[in-house]
Amino acid sequence: MKIARVAGTVVSPVSHPFFEGKRLLLCDLVDTDGSTQGYVIAVDVVDAGVGDEVLICDEGSSARQIFALSTGPIRAVIVGIIDEIS
Amino acid sequence: MLLGRVIGTVVATVKAEGLEGVKFLVVQPLDKHRRDHGAAIVAADAVAMAGPGELVYFVASREAAEALPERFVPVDHAIVGLVDQVTLSEDDR
Repeated sequence: MKIARVAGTVVSPVSHPFFEGKRLLLCDLVDTDGSTQGYVIAVDVVDAGVGDEVLICDEGSSARQIFALSTGPIRAVIVGIIDEIS
Repeated sequence: MLLGRVIGTVVATVKAEGLEGVKFLVVQPLDKHRRDHGAAIVAADAVAMAGPGELVYFVASREAAEALPERFVPVDHAIVGLVDQVTLSEDDR
């Protein structure tokens, strides 16, 4: 999984049915030294807030398992809020 | 998924099986501040409502094929939503 920091929210009026009603958060991908490595838009399932450090699972079949789906255009899902990295 | 801006369309009458009726759009990937970032790509329009200049988000790799009605079509990028608003935290503006 990847370490990221929630940088903001994405509001989408029209989307593929899978994303209807889902919360999209724009997350900076962060390395352990704090440097950012690009960003990803992820579906949030843990009620992460802007500024939270989070865990992102960015792989299709795992993501679909989270939503108990056999199909769906989903990869990046926020699966945890990080308390501490040591 | 990443942000992108629709900058054109691609018409290909001869194409692989399963791609009939799939609309192809040229998309310029953007960074989180909506500046151009990287080379343009061609994405299938899975919401069938993205027009030129539209801000969208797109998914890549196999999940792109999952966005279309007919599964397992040879597609590696698909637009899965239009974007109304991207709100970044203060320090990111």
